[in-house]
Amino acid sequence: MKRISIDPITRLEGHGKIEIFLNDDGSVENAFLQIPELRGFEKFCEGRLAEEMPRITPSICGVCPEAHHLAATKALDAVFHVDPPGPAKKLRELFYAAQFVHSHIAHFYALAAADFVVGPDAEPSVRNILGVVQKVGVEKGAEVIKHRSYAQKIQAMIGGTATRPVCGLPGGMSKALKEEERAEIEQMATSTVEFAKFTQKLFADVVLANQEYVDLILSDIYADKTYYMGLVDENNKVNFYDGKIRVVGPDGKEFVKFEAKDYLDHVSEHVEKWTYLKFPFLKNVGWKGFVDGPESGIYRVAPLARLNAAEGMATPLAQAEYEKFYSTLGGKPVHATLAQHWARVIEMLYAAELMLQLAKDPEITDPNVRALPTETPTEGVGVVEAPRGTLYHHYQTDEDGVITSANLIVGTTNNHAGICMSVKKAAQGLIKKGQLNDKLLNMVEMAFRAYDPCFGCATHSLPGQMPLEVNIYDSNGELQACLKR
Amino acid sequence: MTKEFEPRIVGILCNWCSYAGADLAGISRIKYPPNVRIVRVMCSGRVDPSFVLKAFAEGADGVLVSGCHPVDCHYIEGNYKMWARKVMLETMLQQLGIEPERFRLTWVSANEGELFKQYVTEMVDAVKKLGPFQKPVNWMTELLEHERSLGTAVQEIAAGGGVGE
Amino acid sequence: MSDKKLKLGLYWAAGCGGCDVAVLDIDEKILDVAEVADIHFWPIAMDFKYKDVAAMDDGFLDVCFLNGAIRNSENKEVAELLRAKSKVLVALGTCACYGGVIGLANFCTREEILETAFKKTVSTDNPEGIIPQPVSEVDGCELHIPEVYEAVYKLDDFVNVDYYLPGCPPRAELIAKAIDAIVAGQLPEPGSVLLPAKTVCDECKREKKDRHVDEFKRPWELIPDEEKCLLDQGLVCMGPATRAGCGAACTNVNMPCRGCYGPAEGVIDQGAKAMSAVAVTAVSTNLAEMEKVISQVKDPAGTFYMYGLPNSLLRGRQMKEAK
Ligand code: SF4
Ligand code: SF4
Ligand code: SF4
Ligand code: FES
Repeated sequence: MKRISIDPITRLEGHGKIEIFLNDDGSVENAFLQIPELRGFEKFCEGRLAEEMPRITPSICGVCPEAHHLAATKALDAVFHVDPPGPAKKLRELFYAAQFVHSHIAHFYALAAADFVVGPDAEPSVRNILGVVQKVGVEKGAEVIKHRSYAQKIQAMIGGTATRPVCGLPGGMSKALKEEERAEIEQMATSTVEFAKFTQKLFADVVLANQEYVDLILSDIYADKTYYMGLVDENNKVNFYDGKIRVVGPDGKEFVKFEAKDYLDHVSEHVEKWTYLKFPFLKNVGWKGFVDGPESGIYRVAPLARLNAAEGMATPLAQAEYEKFYSTLGGKPVHATLAQHWARVIEMLYAAELMLQLAKDPEITDPNVRALPTETPTEGVGVVEAPRGTLYHHYQTDEDGVITSANLIVGTTNNHAGICMSVKKAAQGLIKKGQLNDKLLNMVEMAFRAYDPCFGCATHSLPGQMPLEVNIYDSNGELQACLKR
Repeated sequence: MTKEFEPRIVGILCNWCSYAGADLAGISRIKYPPNVRIVRVMCSGRVDPSFVLKAFAEGADGVLVSGCHPVDCHYIEGNYKMWARKVMLETMLQQLGIEPERFRLTWVSANEGELFKQYVTEMVDAVKKLGPFQKPVNWMTELLEHERSLGTAVQEIAAGGGVGE
Repeated sequence: MSDKKLKLGLYWAAGCGGCDVAVLDIDEKILDVAEVADIHFWPIAMDFKYKDVAAMDDGFLDVCFLNGAIRNSENKEVAELLRAKSKVLVALGTCACYGGVIGLANFCTREEILETAFKKTVSTDNPEGIIPQPVSEVDGCELHIPEVYEAVYKLDDFVNVDYYLPGCPPRAELIAKAIDAIVAGQLPEPGSVLLPAKTVCDECKREKKDRHVDEFKRPWELIPDEEKCLLDQGLVCMGPATRAGCGAACTNVNMPCRGCYGPAEGVIDQGAKAMSAVAVTAVSTNLAEMEKVISQVKDPAGTFYMYGLPNSLLRGRQMKEAK
């Protein structure tokens, strides 16, 4: 069949595929985001030793392995009924703030910035990181590389290596931080805060100062009125590492706030036969299909959702940006999918500030980073905010600490339904009478890219392009256009 | 299952005792099932677990390792080492879907021809009951099938066909 | 040859992306690479189509780095295509070389994996028992997703691999070094691993002394001495069976090695080798006692084959008749 030869790339693991179907008069009938990936971690983790989970699960994703590492480690704290000492928690947070810096820098500069800094309708050949570097200058480009590699370095110092950290154990961390290491981290963190400030300014100058972009962000085709989910601390401020899970409704009011261990009372996953990725939804609202609004259990996660689900940021500079964010975009909650980018930049600043704050914390070099478990292992849930959204690891073990069942809901999965809706809506708003061109397709793709989805997850490294394909079919099922990233 | 099935057992025997024991069984015309193909090693401690895995991978239905009785090892603790490996190997084999009856470690001295016969007979009987060692779901067959079903796709890709923009 | 730039290709099959991140982690060095080589094919970084690759002459690419294991027909087709187009094919990363962590899937059947993922997991709400299908129809639209293979395979199960560069992921410096060697035309015998023939133990700074233990401990059960060999302290460590390259990254932070750089030189089956090395540390003349100690090691197969089940002699769990 012809079809097979036109989309070979789509059958690759780790790729996303968007299929858009037009009806007789050339407008969008349906759009699907399909995930061709299936690895089976939930099954093959059964029988493994619980403490190996923080080493096994990072292989789910080479871009945010630290998120899996920590979610698994926190699940183990619960499985083994052990509370890590304060310094261990701080060390984990420091490690994790560095991961956010790395991830958000990579996403913003390599993927997102091109749309705004260079422009959504620029030639594809310059709509990439190189185009961005040209716009901001080579020196600033070097800064981008430098600060990303700082973040990688900090993770390696604490975790062993950046991509495969091994430091997390039930009850703490495998190694304490030495004073020399701390001093070096403090230096790098200081510089990173400056860099994050520069990034805010860049965003303000390039995006916010341009009314056209602001209109684009606020345009109806990029808005979906869903629920939002994110971790918050005791003051309802955004937290990546720990806290309660707070969900706000499309009206911005708190819908529920729950502890990680109770997630099954609130989250369920729906299955469709055309994709290997499931669709999480709020159990107490229900799955109503791909629609938004308060009646539909679809919720979203990741930067915008985290800001919406919280009441502020825990560090001063980020808090100021947070306030500006909502005053500029017309109050809470912000439904504009494209505002994800701004939210991400604010989070980058928060992560940098947090890194510095922790690097200066006298407790951070305290050698007391392990508490040995004494109780029989049973069951536990660990939740962190991955850069791409709330990440759940849930394990059950036998009395020897061997996994008997595992359940994982990863960041991007939480957004699966939201992405499908956003893409369909954008496509419907943009594609009229079967008219297609590269600019329109890129604008459809922007809806998708805003989520920084990660399917595999080689999506977003420098110089970074999404391994994504968009196919458009006419009413006879014939392929009209095919766009690859 | 079938009366005809004659298992192939690989016997890895220590030169100083079990091999001599098997030899004795032979010389003494002690009848034992002819299913064992014997490999002689200098000491059971020389038996790397990968020898056992290799035997299975190449189609053995069972593997019998035999060495000197404890204390009698010519290299002092070779047989203890093998025992240590055996304990872990048993679990590993079971995890890899191999029935416990298919692997055994025994102690047979040079004058225990009868005992050797007994172990071999027990093992052959046990493995006969189990039937032939199942090769993995035929991995390569699966691939060939896929290739056939997707053959056109391969050709089309290779031919650069397609209507993508 | 000297005036011509080297033609490079990079591609990933069933991997996690970590190997691509490792390539990018060579940071500024990538500019040096750009000096001497043209990258003709790298999906994460460039727009490409199969037909562009298909249109290349056979052997057009001087070197192609392929990471990730083979999990479905697509992975295999592209591997075959790239093999034909490349003079030298390098398996990059442990997934491509030995199957990697996802190779643990070879403990289960495809059906078990699908059942668990879509029916049994506790948060799944699937009253109709839907399992995703390779071809399906929704509102008159026909949709396709790939069918996964029954097992995970390593690259050389299908194509001839010239060089292996294992590691999960290989350290960026090692990748840079390999590229240097290629550029300088200083490649070893085809079939070699582009890493030293040493073991992790050789690189590990810990003091190895007392290879005897009375008790095996799980990593969460003890705070190890920072100077002494972890295996000597009763922690299962795969250093003795594993190829060097990482600089003993894990033992540096007090965690035992799990073998991610694959089998050491001359080792046929990494898991068997590591298992043997670990088991004999518990040797004792009291057999009952020894059995007790050794049975403290739970899940030996999952531990010793964590990164290389598809590369093991048995390749995975032996299944009864399929179906
Ligand atoms: S070898 Fe490791 S880093 Fe590389 S693709 Fe495989 S799992 Fe990812
Ligand atoms: S066994 Fe492990 S801890 Fe001991 S020397 Fe080898 S690598 Fe280091
Ligand atoms: S110590 Fe072992 S597991 Fe850790 S990075 Fe090195 S080879 Fe891999
Ligand atoms: S990037 Fe985290 S889900 Fe993959």
